[in-house]
Amino acid sequence: MKGFQILKRLLGYSKKYTGFLVGGIVSTIIGVGVSLYIPILIGEAIDFILGPNDVNFAGLSRYMIYIAGATVMSAIFQWLMNYCMNQVAFRTVFELRNAAFGKLGAVPLKYIDNHPHGNVINTVINDIEQISDGLLQGFIQLFSGVMTIVGTLVLMLMINWWMTAIVVVLTPLTIFVAGFIAKGIAVKFREQSNLRGELGGLLKEMLTHQKLVRAFAYESRAQEKFEDVNERLRSVGKLAQFYSALTNPCTRFVNSIIYAIVGITGAISVINGAFSIGMLSSLLTFANQYSKPFNEISGVIAEFQAALASAERVFALIDAKEEPADKQLLETFRADGAISFEHLKFSYSARNPLIEDFSLSVQPGQTVAIVGPTGSGKSTLINLLMRFYDVDAGRIIVDGVRHTDLTRQALRSQFGMVLQETWLFKGTIRENIAYGKPGATMGEIIQAAKSAYAHHFVAQLPHGYDTVLAEDGGNLSQGQKQLLAIARVMLVQPPMLILDEATSNIDTLTEVRIQKAFAKMMEGKTSFIVAHRLSTIKSADIILVLDGGQIVEQGTHDELLNAHGFYANLYESQFAVVG
Amino acid sequence: MSEINTCLKQFKRQLIVGPLFKWLEAILELFVPLVMASMIDLGIRGENTRHIYEMGAILVGLSVFGLIFALLCQYAAAVASTGFSRTLRSRLFEHIGKLGYEELDHIGSNSLITRMTNDVNQAETALAMFIRLAVRAPFIIIGAAVMALLIDRTMSVIFVVIIPLVSLVLYLVMWRAVPYYNQRQRKLDTVSLITKENLEGSRVIRAFSKNEAERERFEQSAGEVQKIATHVGNLSAILNPAIFTILNGAILAILWFGGVQVNVGGLTQGQIIALVSYTTQISLMLIVLANLIIIFTRASASIKRLAEIFNIKPAMTEGTLLEGNAESPKIEFRDVQFKYPASEEVALDSLNFKVASGMTFGIIGGTGAGKSTLVNLLPRFYDVTSGEILIDGVNVKEYAFTALRKKFGIVAQQAVLFEGTIHENLTMANENATLEELERAIAAAQARNVIEAKEGMDALLEQGGRNLSGGQRQRLTIARALVGNPEILILDDASSALDYATDAALRSALAHYKEGLTVCIVSQRANSVKHADLILVLDEGQVAGLGTHESLLASCSIYQEICESQGVAS
Repeated sequence: MKGFQILKRLLGYSKKYTGFLVGGIVSTIIGVGVSLYIPILIGEAIDFILGPNDVNFAGLSRYMIYIAGATVMSAIFQWLMNYCMNQVAFRTVFELRNAAFGKLGAVPLKYIDNHPHGNVINTVINDIEQISDGLLQGFIQLFSGVMTIVGTLVLMLMINWWMTAIVVVLTPLTIFVAGFIAKGIAVKFREQSNLRGELGGLLKEMLTHQKLVRAFAYESRAQEKFEDVNERLRSVGKLAQFYSALTNPCTRFVNSIIYAIVGITGAISVINGAFSIGMLSSLLTFANQYSKPFNEISGVIAEFQAALASAERVFALIDAKEEPADKQLLETFRADGAISFEHLKFSYSARNPLIEDFSLSVQPGQTVAIVGPTGSGKSTLINLLMRFYDVDAGRIIVDGVRHTDLTRQALRSQFGMVLQETWLFKGTIRENIAYGKPGATMGEIIQAAKSAYAHHFVAQLPHGYDTVLAEDGGNLSQGQKQLLAIARVMLVQPPMLILDEATSNIDTLTEVRIQKAFAKMMEGKTSFIVAHRLSTIKSADIILVLDGGQIVEQGTHDELLNAHGFYANLYESQFAVVG
Repeated sequence: MSEINTCLKQFKRQLIVGPLFKWLEAILELFVPLVMASMIDLGIRGENTRHIYEMGAILVGLSVFGLIFALLCQYAAAVASTGFSRTLRSRLFEHIGKLGYEELDHIGSNSLITRMTNDVNQAETALAMFIRLAVRAPFIIIGAAVMALLIDRTMSVIFVVIIPLVSLVLYLVMWRAVPYYNQRQRKLDTVSLITKENLEGSRVIRAFSKNEAERERFEQSAGEVQKIATHVGNLSAILNPAIFTILNGAILAILWFGGVQVNVGGLTQGQIIALVSYTTQISLMLIVLANLIIIFTRASASIKRLAEIFNIKPAMTEGTLLEGNAESPKIEFRDVQFKYPASEEVALDSLNFKVASGMTFGIIGGTGAGKSTLVNLLPRFYDVTSGEILIDGVNVKEYAFTALRKKFGIVAQQAVLFEGTIHENLTMANENATLEELERAIAAAQARNVIEAKEGMDALLEQGGRNLSGGQRQRLTIARALVGNPEILILDDASSALDYATDAALRSALAHYKEGLTVCIVSQRANSVKHADLILVLDEGQVAGLGTHESLLASCSIYQEICESQGVAS
């Protein structure tokens, strides 16, 4: 059974906590067992209270002490049971989460590029929460539920076997009713949660872009679309809620019928002298609580199934194939900046060949401009240089060393990278600049910020370098974020650079600063720059022209113009319309 | 609140009938221990088999009616609560549709979304629970106590002690745990944020070889979640054993004092069993009640947040005019001044200019110069603080919203598309656009290869147009604006994701697109506006220059600087 295997694997993560697990199970057995025995003790105590002048106070007080003792003992073990299972559940979840997260750093970038980030986050956060709620804590509920049922049956048998038989015969009725309803609930809940998702998605679109709706006078059509989903959600939601609200009254009904039957047959047996009134009282209590676990169990099972599906997703992430290990050849390596590409072949998928046979030799200190229309795959080269993706054939040689002979860390530390979509994390500006050099002194950090023309605006912030950036650096402009990313690289001073010129959303002043910072950083370094500005392109030593993901031309500005090819076209279209 | 009450009123019948049936069921339930007591005392003690059967039949009857009443109540609750949330969502959506940019900016879309999903769901649950339990739980607690009182006055002292005691335990445990739950949620949000950062920054993190450090950061946060979760788990674990102990303590008291009473003939054995049953019922219901109070507390916060939205009234009222005067200048600004509502700073000041029909009008300036603000005033997304804006010779305030906005085709900086087919997206402004109109718009917007790449207009776009590149999205938004057949096309930094070749082709296509089409181009790139018939140079909300490229190069120093910094030749 697949579910069983998943559970077994999950318990593998709890292995370190076997002590707690065993403790939890033992506590459950004792706690539940003793609590079940208490109604019997109460029943026997009631049998000492027969009528006027017929109360055995000595016996009563003896049994009261038993009851008190059993109560305290059961309470302690019930608490212990929860305590132990909390340790197991939350620690297992902790380990599981770390394993899942650790995977994100170990998988090839292809995995991260190809999986929607929302889904991955959902797995690391919500799926694992579901495992904690449904599988681990559900496990103890299930166990204590089964314990209660078995224990109740055993105790009822001890009182009277044929009364127990009546209850057992009626049991399938309870299970049937609870099971039938649970199935209906599961179906409707799934439909409901799908519709809630649909409604949420629609709302997200329409409300996030409410201004667009306004601009296109789209309000009434938006409302129509919304009403459609809204009404479907209502009708499914009504059924989902009604079905789930059926469980309690229905099982309560079956239960009260069993209670009535036990009452009638029991009362008649007492008259016939089969057992005492106290025993009847115990039997009634048992009959009353006997079916409750069925209710709980059917609820737990639904959770359990959802948790199994979650666990499957978590394990799919944990089982994702990792990047092949580094060849541990060269760990300390300092390049002077010579790079050559030899007969490179690469594609993201076998169906769309991209780079077929690319060769290029770059001398230390040279600048390579990468140009091409939107969507021409300018980021592919960055992916290969940084070894985010591995080439299919051919080699990249860095300073005479094949780049796959270096550890990834050694290779990547030779490049400074500033991308258009600047990534900063939630932390202080200081921490963000020192990201590549955690031990950097404040003086070094300020120096790097000054070189990147970022010091000026940082100094103006209320908390200066200790300003905490909002999520995604939300409290900074796009241009300011890029200046920080430049400072981050400035601090490390790697011999080679990968830069991406921004095209939009940067005001002129900041753009001039970025230009200057780029120029300063590029001095004497081998640089690859995704270029949009003519001045950058013209001054490059080599221009690589990309179209449709392929490198269509390479050469200097003048060479390419004379070739009258794709680049020449591109260049002229830029200026032809300018009168 | 009045809006929310109106939504509730629709379900007045269910709101009365539901609790009523639940109340009836509760009454029946309270009779059960009494019937059982009678069965024991009169039936067994009196050896009256007939009485036992009669009482048994009553028990079965009570169960049957109890079930019927309960089902009727649950159904009423389901109908009322889901219907209520539907109406509520619908009204909210409609209300939000009436709000202006000003109000939308103030609330923020994320907050609107959570209100319309989570908060409405909370309200729905609370209403269902109200119908199902708000009457039942207190009634059973009070009822059981009264029944106990009827059996024996002195014994009911025990209830007077345990009800507050159980309530106190519930209060101490639950109200202590709630802040931890919130804290745990916040910590979990941090874990989620780190995961998100690591996915989005995977390239930078690997470039700096920081995977280990990130792992530590994550483990620390995940560890905090674990600590809080364990702590709050252990705290909550006290609840059940504590109530169990109090309950059994009460039963002990009943047994002892009951025993004394029975001994002197004040009570019967059956009544003692009944008292024990009432004790159990009361403590079970107290737990239900505590949960109910938590649900209501949460819901009342949600209801407050929903009422807040209804209380926001749109500041703008629309006019009635449908058409202006075609002879007048297409766009005219007269002494326009504008401040954002929450701000003291003047965003635009002393704007005076006219744009004739058919002109290409360029607006250039740095970030924060007020370019986007200016174009947002044209379709009246905001109202001017003073002065007036005329479209076709008529103040924008006199137009009906739809009539005014149909004149515009707007392409915003952020290229946003909706989930659905390309066709659905393109026909947003004109549902009945012909294939020919669509083709023309697509060609002009340089979007033909986008459609080809997606294999036709029936291709599905994912939410936010995720399955397109930035440039492809931008071209489709331009085509979308053109399909509406606008009189004025606004390109607000709309070519930022386009490379220069495409940008140039777009500009030349627009020049011949339609007779009399007025085009407003907002940009930071001099190359995008230099060929316009009229260029407005904005600097800190004021006109720094107005004229053609040549005249501005000669006269406007800011324009000269911009051109110089961008390497634009004269």
